[in-house]
This record gives sequence, C-alpha cells and structure tokens, in this order.
Amino acid sequence: MSVMALAKALGITLRHFFSKPVTIPYPDAPVPLKPRFHGRHVLTRHPDTGLEKCIGCSLCAAACPAYAIYVEPAENDPENPVSIGERYAKVYEINMLRCIFCGNCEEACPTGAIVMGYEFELADYRYADFVYTKKDLLVDTVGSKPQRREAKEKKKPVKLGFEVPYVRPELEGVKYE
Amino acid sequence: MIGALFVTAVKALVLILALLFAFAYITWIMRRGLARFQVRLGPNRVGPFGLLQPIADAVKAIFKEDITVAQADRLLYWLAPLLAFTFALAAFAVIPVGPDGWVVANLDMGVLYVFAASELAIYGVFLAGWASGSKYPLMGGLRSIAALVGYELALGMAILPVVLMAGTLNLQEIVEWQKQHGYFIVYQLPAFLIYFIASLAEMSRTPFDFAEAEQELVAGFHTEYSSTKFVAFYIAELLHWIVGSALIATLFLGGWDAPFGLPEIPVLWLFVKWALFIFLVLWIWASWFRTRYDQMIRFAWGVLLPAATVWFLITAYYVVKGGMA
Ligand code: SF4
Ligand code: SF4
Repeated sequence: MSVMALAKALGITLRHFFSKPVTIPYPDAPVPLKPRFHGRHVLTRHPDTGLEKCIGCSLCAAACPAYAIYVEPAENDPENPVSIGERYAKVYEINMLRCIFCGNCEEACPTGAIVMGYEFELADYRYADFVYTKKDLLVDTVGSKPQRREAKEKKKPVKLGFEVPYVRPELEGVKYE
Repeated sequence: MIGALFVTAVKALVLILALLFAFAYITWIMRRGLARFQVRLGPNRVGPFGLLQPIADAVKAIFKEDITVAQADRLLYWLAPLLAFTFALAAFAVIPVGPDGWVVANLDMGVLYVFAASELAIYGVFLAGWASGSKYPLMGGLRSIAALVGYELALGMAILPVVLMAGTLNLQEIVEWQKQHGYFIVYQLPAFLIYFIASLAEMSRTPFDFAEAEQELVAGFHTEYSSTKFVAFYIAELLHWIVGSALIATLFLGGWDAPFGLPEIPVLWLFVKWALFIFLVLWIWASWFRTRYDQMIRFAWGVLLPAATVWFLITAYYVVKGGMA
C-alpha cells in the first residue's frame, strides 16, 4: 500500500467528479440508440406503389424461435391488390410478449417486409394488448400501442423516447418524428 | 441566572435544529456527491435537484415496520440508539461558531468534553451489538468498539500537542490562539495528519468503515435495527462525520477565524472550513478501499499511536524549552 497509489486514486476520482455524468435522464431525455437496435417491428410498403411488401408466405413465422408470429394469407384481388404478389397477409400478428427481438423474422423474409424498428416502450397492462396486428405494425404507425393510446387520451402526438443517428435503409419509408 | 439559562437553552435548540437540518442535507450531499464521483447523477427526482429527497427518505423510514428481535434485551435495545444519537448531538455544544457568545457552552475543558461525548457514543454501538441478541451485531459491535477505542487513543494523543501549545482545553481559546499565532495545521502538521486519519475511523468512514462491513457482517452492530431506531443510528453516524469535521476545522484550521484577512462573519468561516472536510471525507470515501480489519487495528496501535506519542514528546520538549506557550 503505497501513498502514491492512494494519491493516484484520489486523482482519478476527482477527475471523474468533474466529468459529465453518463446517466441518461430517461424519460426526460431520449435514449440514444444504435441504428441496428432491435425494437418493435415494422411492416414496410413499396414506396413507389404503396403496396405492402408482405406476401403472406409465413417464412417469418417459421423462422421465429419464440413462435411469436401468426400469418394468415389470402389471395390478392387482381383488380385491387394489397401486395404485389399473388397473395397477401390477411392477418399478421406478432405477440410482443413472446418475441425475443432476435431479428430472425427479418432475416427470413424474402421480400424484406418485416423489419426491426427502434421503438422499445411497449409495456402495457393486458395480455391481449401485446398482440400487434397489421394496423399496429404497418409503416405509417408511429409509437407502440400504449403510447398511441396515451397520445389519443391527451390529444398530443406520440412522444418517442429514443433518438438514432440515422434510420437504417431496411426501414424503407419509416420516419420517426 | 434564569436569563442566561434561557439564552443557553435557545442556543442549544437552534444548534440541535441546525445539526438535524445539516444531517438531512448531508445525506443528500453524500448521495449526490458519491454519485458524481461515480459519474452518475444521484437522486434528482424528488423536488428540484432532488432537494426534497431527505424528506421523502424520512417519511419512508418512519413508515417502515419496526421489528424487535425476540432474543433482544428490550431496555438496552431501546436505549442504544438513543445513546448513540444523543451523544453524537451533544458533542457539538462546545464548538464555537463565532467569537465570544457564539457557542452553546464555553467550557474550560471543552476538548475533554468532546472526547467524553464521543466515548459515550461508543456505548451506543456496544449496547446495540450486545442487546440485539444476534451473532452478526455482536461481532460487528465488538469490531467497531475495538476499532473506535484504538483510534480514540491516537485521536487523544494527536490533540495533546495542540493543547500543549495553546495552553488551554477551551476550544474558544484554542481558536483565539490560532487567530493570533497562525493555524495549527502549520505548526502541527504531523498531529493534523494523525488526527485526520484517526477521525476517519472515529466517523467510521472509508477506509475504516467497519461499522458497515456489509460483505462480512451484513451491517455490523445495527443489523437488527429497523425503522426509526435504525434512523437514530444513521443520524448518529452522520453526525459523527459532521461534528468530527467541525472539530478538525476548529482545532487545526482556526475554526471561525476568517482566513487571509477576510471580513469576519460568524458561522460562515467555520462552515466553509467544515464543508472542506466534509468534501475531503467524501472524496476519500469515493476513492479508497476498506482496509482489512487486522491491518486497521495494527495501524492504529503500531503506527498512529507511536507516531502521535513521539510527536507529542517533541512538542512537549519544544514547549518546555520555552518555545511558544
Ligand atoms: S424478432 Fe425473433 S422472436 Fe421476435 S417475432 Fe421476429 S423471429 Fe420472432
Ligand atoms: S413478413 Fe415476409 S416472411 Fe413474413 S409472411 Fe410476410 S413476406 Fe413472408
């Protein structure tokens, strides 16, 4: 135990005393996320035609290790197609309580329809509310179910608790206000 | 007579309130300060900057369940926190915060009184450990007492040179002496160092915070205490820190005397010097490790006490030879 070492310890702590705290005061301040963060999924659309990318093939459901995805396909009406393929997903549900946010669904998807987004504030009260349907996942939906519910009650826009340096290109057409 | 008594009573009341207020905010300073040393923010949710946190803590502590262990010796179990609390509070009575009237009790044996009070506070530790009727508090209490007694000796030895030079046990006069001749930290640097190190043990702060060696002893002597009784111990512990810092400032840094010829304002200068030591202790707390128990005891008896004795003899020789007294 040398006195020098003790003095050095004092020096180190004093330097830290005057440095900026690493604490992020969430929810007062947004959490900085990395662009490849795995948050709530997004079902993307073709930006030019506005058609859904998902063709209802259920490969994502097959790849999902947590059995969190349920897909029910249906034939496209040729006159008025929902997606560009023969079929589209009539029902597309992800159970956010089962999901482990591994991203396998995104990797399995042949059309790049399901993509991991950034939203992580998914906590809710009822089991049923954790099942995210197409309307909760499609590209223009901003915020998780509880966030949107709160925003509706307070008549304010959804306030997201994160910030990213850039939105990665797979999240085609996704804009976070 | 009655008038003087009344004045003293008012002073004492003000002092007690001030100390309890200081205690409440020392918890805040401690938590915020330690957090900053660890690059965190610390409690900042209750009120602006978390300034209402102590109140929230107090409310929470009061509403905790008050458990008395079945094996406990009821009377002593109750008495221990009271003792610890009262004597920790009492020690401040003789510390002058300004010239002349700015002290609750201008005792001629002020230094002795402080020591008596802090020695009596050890009884709180001892009785708590013993009366809890449980192994951990007993061991923790024994360890705390052994440590406190060991360091109390070094503490007393380190104060003697100061007393010798100033030629008085009255803290007010010791401050007056320093006002005239310069601060004791200059004349008595070794005594100051010994005193400061021993004080750390006395306040049970890092690196000698054996009272709360969580890893080994759960929480030492107050393991079995909860709710308000625990708070009493907690207050006592932090009051030792508060009083100890004020005492060092008084003994070695000239107490209420304004340094560098600055204008004299009662309370303020003692407060500044006091805050300096509060910060120093906090800084050490955030930086160093806790020593091993046997190392600590060996250090007290093998290093601090002999060093203090030698320095005492040197000072005594100097004073007798007609140095400064
Ligand atoms: S992220 Fe993983 S667990 Fe979640 S739905 Fe996709 S494949 Fe399933
Ligand atoms: S999201 Fe992709 S993998 Fe899943 S059903 Fe649609 S197209 Fe198939």
